[in-house]
Amino acid sequence: MASFTSVFARDLKIAIRRWSELATPLIFFVIIASLFPFALSPDVAVLRSAGTGILWIAALLSSLLALDGLFRTDMEDGSMEQLILSPASLGLLVFAKICAHWVVSALPLIVLAPLLALSFYLPVDALPTLIFALALATPTLSALAAIGAALTVSLRTGGGLIGLLVLPLTAPVLIFGTRATDMAVHGEPVLGPLYLLGALAAFCLALGPLAASAALRVSVE
Amino acid sequence: MGTISWRWFHLLASPPYVFRLAGQLGPWLAAATVVTLAAGTYGGLVLAPPDYLQGDGFRIIYVHVPSAYIGLMAYVLMASAAACGFIWRIKLAHAVAVSAAPVGASFTFLALVTGAVWGKPMWGTYWQWADARLVSELVLLFLYLGYMLLRAAFDDRDKGDRISAILAAVGVVNVPIIHFSVEWWSTLHQGPTISRLDAPAITMDMLAPLLIMIAGFTLCFAWLVLRRLQAEILEREARTRWVEQLVTQGAV
Amino acid sequence: MSEFLAMGGYAVYVWSAYGITLVVITLNVWLAQRRYHQARRAVSRPDGRVAPVRQPTVRRLT
Repeated sequence: MASFTSVFARDLKIAIRRWSELATPLIFFVIIASLFPFALSPDVAVLRSAGTGILWIAALLSSLLALDGLFRTDMEDGSMEQLILSPASLGLLVFAKICAHWVVSALPLIVLAPLLALSFYLPVDALPTLIFALALATPTLSALAAIGAALTVSLRTGGGLIGLLVLPLTAPVLIFGTRATDMAVHGEPVLGPLYLLGALAAFCLALGPLAASAALRVSVE
Repeated sequence: MGTISWRWFHLLASPPYVFRLAGQLGPWLAAATVVTLAAGTYGGLVLAPPDYLQGDGFRIIYVHVPSAYIGLMAYVLMASAAACGFIWRIKLAHAVAVSAAPVGASFTFLALVTGAVWGKPMWGTYWQWADARLVSELVLLFLYLGYMLLRAAFDDRDKGDRISAILAAVGVVNVPIIHFSVEWWSTLHQGPTISRLDAPAITMDMLAPLLIMIAGFTLCFAWLVLRRLQAEILEREARTRWVEQLVTQGAV
Repeated sequence: MSEFLAMGGYAVYVWSAYGITLVVITLNVWLAQRRYHQARRAVSRPDGRVAPVRQPTVRRLT
């Protein structure tokens, strides 16, 4: 437990110190979302019906970008070997890193999302569900992005590949997240999709760090 | 029982043995493939009666369903082989995974194309996002492409094998989840109610050619994988004695 | 015979599907054979080298 908190605190501190790196995915989130009205139409009806999907896709891509460098700096400065050699389970330490990055990348996103939702003329009543759904979905996205980051960490140009590897796996999250938001927009009960989002989060957070740590061990050799 | 089965297991992990076995099985598989596919095609195109709803158009099922089946089966095979290679460090298992991937991917692609061609007269469009199975197959193709691209990105073969094995394992676990959620999603947004790409109420004279075709496609798959596996083995074992012996004997 | 070819009006679709299947299978066979022969040739080379000779990457100092 001590190793969890120490890795968590360390990563959090580093991330906050490098706050400019955090800004990029968030700005990315806003820009992607903002491009859609240009691509579709500024018409209220169009944006209201497409708004949910736009928001979630933008959140997805932004999460992927945010965790791109999750392991890279550690690999480069040699601290990855230290993490692997430490007596604590590598999976737990990876989980700690994912948590730290979630705090600094997903929380701001969850704050920004309702503002963007309002810009897409989504009803205010749907916002709590949107926030809650994102809160459940972003951990899954972080875990999946972490797997992608771990798989490609020893490649020189891994960046684009991460998207290709991870995005198909995010389809269920996208489906349930948008479903929950849509149902909230139409005033229907949202528990079903939210439960499923929660289940996905539990599943991916449990197994994701394991896959990532296996990949990290191989990469370090 | 103990000694015999262990010996067989060890043989299966031995490259020269498998290489030789693959070479021996090849011609038989090829012959069996041709015969089975010919019989199945004849059965599907000629013997099977036309469908009540779709007329003769349903005959596409005899190439679409086997392709889809092979696509899925190959992925599971690939992931299992890669997992064996990762867990027990059996190089040959990785070679099997690498050999199965391109074949599985192309059959998945074939399933998508035949599905689209089947869809046009049935739905009026070549593609139907509301068809859960077709969309799941698309995602499966993405998973294949991801695996192959990831592997190709590594210069170090061992590392590439093991990293992509992890990806394959992650993928195979996700396939049921993705399929379930895509199916759930497609039922929400009701597509056209005209026949989905399901087998119509199926009678034996319609089913038999399908089973034969599935068998034929499987034999074809086996031949293709073993051929590629032989190539993989040669490359991985390039400087070993047994390969050099084969070369000097002209047996390669 | 012409009735058979007409496939109850679905000729274009049915024959395209079977045609593409034939193409994909043939392509697979051809590619697999080509891969095998490439490997065979590579292994039979006198130096036993399998991979093409690669130039070392030039690393910049700055």
